[in-house]
Amino acid sequence: MKTGEKLRNENFQRLLWPLMALLGILLFNFFFTPGFFHIEIKDGHFFGSLVDIANRAAPVMLLAIGMTLVFASGGVDLSVGAIMAISGAVAATVIRPDYVKGVIAYGEMQPLFYVIAIPLVFSLIAGLWNGLLVAYIGIQPIIATLILMVAGRGIAQLITQGQIVVFIHEPFQYIGSGFFLGLPFPIILVLMVYAATYFLTRKTGLGLFIEAIGANSVASHFMGIRERLIKLSVYIFSGFCAGLAGLIICADIKAADANNAGLFLELDAIAAVIIGGTIWGGRFTLLGSIIGTLIIQSLTTTILTRGVAPEVTLVFKAFVIILVSLIQSEKFRGLFSRRLAVKKVSGS
Amino acid sequence: MNETDILIDIKDVSKAFPGVLALDHVDFCLRRGEVHGLMGENGAGKSTLIKVLTGLYPKDGGQILFEGRPFTLSSPLEAAGHGISTLYQEVNLIPALSVAENIYIGREPKRFGRIDWKKINTDARVAIQKLDLDIDVTQPVSTYSVAIQQLVAITRALEISAKVLILDEPTSSLDLAEVSQLFKVVRRLKKEGIGILFVTHFIDQVYEITDRITVLRNGRFIGEFETSKLSRIELISHMLGKDPEVFSKEQEDAAMKIRTRKTSAEPFLEVKHLERKGSMTAFNLTVNKGEVLGLAGLLGSGRTETARLLFGIDRANGGKVLLDGEQINISSPRNAIEKYFAFCPENRKEEGIIEDLTIRENIILALQARSGIFRAISQKRQNEIADQYIDLLSIKTPSASQMVKNLSGGNQQKVIIARWLATDPRFLILDEPTRGIDVGAKAEIEKLIVGLSEKGLAILFISSEMEEVINCSDKINVLRDRKILTELAGEDMEVSNIMRVIADKEAGI
Repeated sequence: MKTGEKLRNENFQRLLWPLMALLGILLFNFFFTPGFFHIEIKDGHFFGSLVDIANRAAPVMLLAIGMTLVFASGGVDLSVGAIMAISGAVAATVIRPDYVKGVIAYGEMQPLFYVIAIPLVFSLIAGLWNGLLVAYIGIQPIIATLILMVAGRGIAQLITQGQIVVFIHEPFQYIGSGFFLGLPFPIILVLMVYAATYFLTRKTGLGLFIEAIGANSVASHFMGIRERLIKLSVYIFSGFCAGLAGLIICADIKAADANNAGLFLELDAIAAVIIGGTIWGGRFTLLGSIIGTLIIQSLTTTILTRGVAPEVTLVFKAFVIILVSLIQSEKFRGLFSRRLAVKKVSGS
Repeated sequence: MNETDILIDIKDVSKAFPGVLALDHVDFCLRRGEVHGLMGENGAGKSTLIKVLTGLYPKDGGQILFEGRPFTLSSPLEAAGHGISTLYQEVNLIPALSVAENIYIGREPKRFGRIDWKKINTDARVAIQKLDLDIDVTQPVSTYSVAIQQLVAITRALEISAKVLILDEPTSSLDLAEVSQLFKVVRRLKKEGIGILFVTHFIDQVYEITDRITVLRNGRFIGEFETSKLSRIELISHMLGKDPEVFSKEQEDAAMKIRTRKTSAEPFLEVKHLERKGSMTAFNLTVNKGEVLGLAGLLGSGRTETARLLFGIDRANGGKVLLDGEQINISSPRNAIEKYFAFCPENRKEEGIIEDLTIRENIILALQARSGIFRAISQKRQNEIADQYIDLLSIKTPSASQMVKNLSGGNQQKVIIARWLATDPRFLILDEPTRGIDVGAKAEIEKLIVGLSEKGLAILFISSEMEEVINCSDKINVLRDRKILTELAGEDMEVSNIMRVIADKEAGI
């Protein structure tokens, strides 16, 4: 079908530049980092740099999936890093409720369901708070979510009483460091959330509604789209994704660090969404955001394996974000192609 | 006519875009102290000509003489330097800055390197008074009406330079009183020897203000006429490229058809004492099945407010609405849509289209919204619906996957109408569906309105052009000051009658 082809074309166009950037980084490693593409199977588990990159990128991928929808609806969620901290803090507290009072003993082992469900409920409430402020009270998204970005970390500190709560809980640790079908469980979790989100947005009317609201909220209201409710749900979903990401990190390090868990990851998520080609308020691409996250993570890994100090990676990151954003700008590309055209003319 | 009177002489100018010849050897001549109308349908090349003239586009061929000397501009800034200023439909002012700041922005008078506020304000006052305007120049521009803002923009243009003033549809969002205020200024500038190029879709205004008219069609120069010697029907036929007699007969036929037809007396929607404090005084209104009810009145008379109340965008404080004799409660657009109501709003851009989505998506959105999130319309069905309405309304586009922002105003309007027709409505509210679109598309939309009503649709039709309301409606409710004054039907539907009702202080009390 002709129109179908065209649409796919539009999607493809959007993904083209991010994919090129990712391929570029991989290609660089292919030539300069020995063993980068090497994957081996140990005890039925896959190991290698590529698996490692995907595994490390998993929390930000989850954030980016939620952020993509928030972005498309014309907002932004700055609080996801703080929600991660809350989620981790709650999980650790559920496992060791008396640790903060100085009781070293575990007591009864908490069922896995509670350890997962209670933090997620907290995350949903955090998302609900953001969504209410934005959709029903009408506060600018950047301000509304800034509140929880600042206060959320404080809440997490309150829960852990300012301590780093360490714990051992085998079933829960599986979320951070387990393997499923040979792959690290965080990757599997991302795949599941990605598939569910894709299905929910693209196989129903929801994705189109989010895009319509982001591109023109008044017109959407006039068409009978429940724009407030949808905006609210988008923030709740973003909170949920952040909660999951928080659980992964907490389970991986077997501790809740309210100070550092998810610190600045909201910025990584925003960068990933932008690099991935989702414009603010309108069209979104989930796959693009996943690719965007992979770009950032593979870049970080590349720099680290080349022995550059970790502090400097931020500069490289900034550089790549600028580069990819520039390439995506039609104006910038136009500038370039015009230059080339002039050169061709003068050359002939 | 003296040679030195000619300000701008455009000869044989062409401009091609990939696939289209936008200007095909066009001539145009603007003299000192005249108001020159530039007329044509959308796509005739009016805006391209203006953009070539002001240096936004380079020309491909021909020449432009300015005061007898050939000249080429490479940017609009240069045009301003030569004394050519352009005023667009959207006011290009900074709303939060004061009138005086807006007039002198970028050229602030300075004293010791600092802005001389005293001088800015006194100079601005003098400049504003030249246009017979008495406003506080220290107030933000946004506190004044669009008409005053236009005048402020003119003042700025005149302060920069004053030889040629290009007015590109400046009156689209003005009401009658505001238009006459603007025209007073235009006449005055004309006396001072400024050449004014006036582009508009309003035929009445062209006849009111211009001395000469140049008509373009499909990028070609059709002719230059003296306004007083060109009849309206001739002008329209030049614009459309149709024989005047055929055209006038077509129009008359259409008007006759609707005026003589019988509509059912079966009331579809009855509104009783509906009111909203500060927005609409309590009113009654009845629309029968298959009937077009026109709302006539000046800007701000309550036409749009009535529509918003009926569609649930604003909530009523009192009164009731009966649908097929049963009382209903409409508290949101969603509510209204469930009752198979449809509303094409007046502000196409802000409230109607979603620019960054495709035509297909824009068309199916309202239908999808009504069927809910989980009953997604399949890709195949979406394409069928989109293609069907692109065909039915002859929307000019290469494909349904085009972004709506790439369409012309008339075609965007058709997309919104298509969106609502796709929901299979029983009651259609059209608020200024023909504003800012060309004569051809306008005639098509008018024809469509009549055609839809014949299929049993009840329609509420709002337009600021009284002839249009009369031609399309079975009956007309006349509004003034947020009040419905009276209902006119049959032979009583005449412009003079409507005007009399609006002007009559006693009417409706």
